[in-house]
Amino acid sequence: MEFEIFDSGLVDFKRAWQFQKEVFEAVKNVNPKSALILCQHYPVITQGRRPQKENIRISEDELKKRGIEVYAIERAGDVTYHGPGQINAYPIFNLAFFKKDIHLFLRQLEEVVIDLLSDFGIKGLRYAGLTGVWIGRKKIASIGIAIRNWITFHGLSINIKKNDLDNFRFIRPCGMDIEMTSLETELERDIEVENVKENLIYKFRNVFRVSYEARRVDR
Amino acid sequence: MTKVVLPELSEGIDKAIVSYWYFKEGEKVNEKDDLVELTTDKATFNLPSPCPGTLSEIFFHEGDTVNVGEILAIIEEY
Repeated sequence: MEFEIFDSGLVDFKRAWQFQKEVFEAVKNVNPKSALILCQHYPVITQGRRPQKENIRISEDELKKRGIEVYAIERAGDVTYHGPGQINAYPIFNLAFFKKDIHLFLRQLEEVVIDLLSDFGIKGLRYAGLTGVWIGRKKIASIGIAIRNWITFHGLSINIKKNDLDNFRFIRPCGMDIEMTSLETELERDIEVENVKENLIYKFRNVFRVSYEARRVDR
Repeated sequence: MTKVVLPELSEGIDKAIVSYWYFKEGEKVNEKDDLVELTTDKATFNLPSPCPGTLSEIFFHEGDTVNVGEILAIIEEY
């Protein structure tokens, strides 16, 4: 099994969402391919299925003023924030070629992040019923996926830069009163997103035991 | 008459929430059409129609919790 890597760079959420759907169709029609999309987003709030309105703490006008868009999307989970300084990894995996097990897939995504953090000497934690990766009581990575015909989309976000945490104050992440953290916050030094990407791809390869071919797309 | 049942999903997941019906009662469906979207933990997934026919009755509506093995809907085959 191999998966193709798409590095979309810093991209508007809506455009990346559309791109996920295009790659999804390709994966559906060209078995046994799978794909991994990596990107950063301009500031955006996304809401999964059955969101609670009160989990966005500021008005639509305020959001507009700050240039933060809001999208209701088909992944599970409540509200989350994306912005520059986070890595979003969207695995478009056909689970028919891995294992048709939703729970396992979520745990494997956590494993990818936990392995990545361990390279930086940080212990990432799982808490039962609270999907995502935590450092103590703070959350560093959020996960929310959708599956159609056993092909996955959406995925995980890891906070790398500390400045991207500011906008989390406008929401209740995942509908909870929790504090978010980032790799920079934990390490107390600068980390470049570009320097984490290759490690992340490597961790995906290890956890899912896949080979990969690199491909860069300018979108 | 074909029962649409919530199948075994994976170890440790024994229920899901109905998040979206793609069809209304009385509408015609084809085999493998996406019938209903369900949400569990941090994943949404679709259940395809097991056969062509008319979606005659829906037992669990959007927001309802359904357990593995329970009947979500009935399809009257042509």
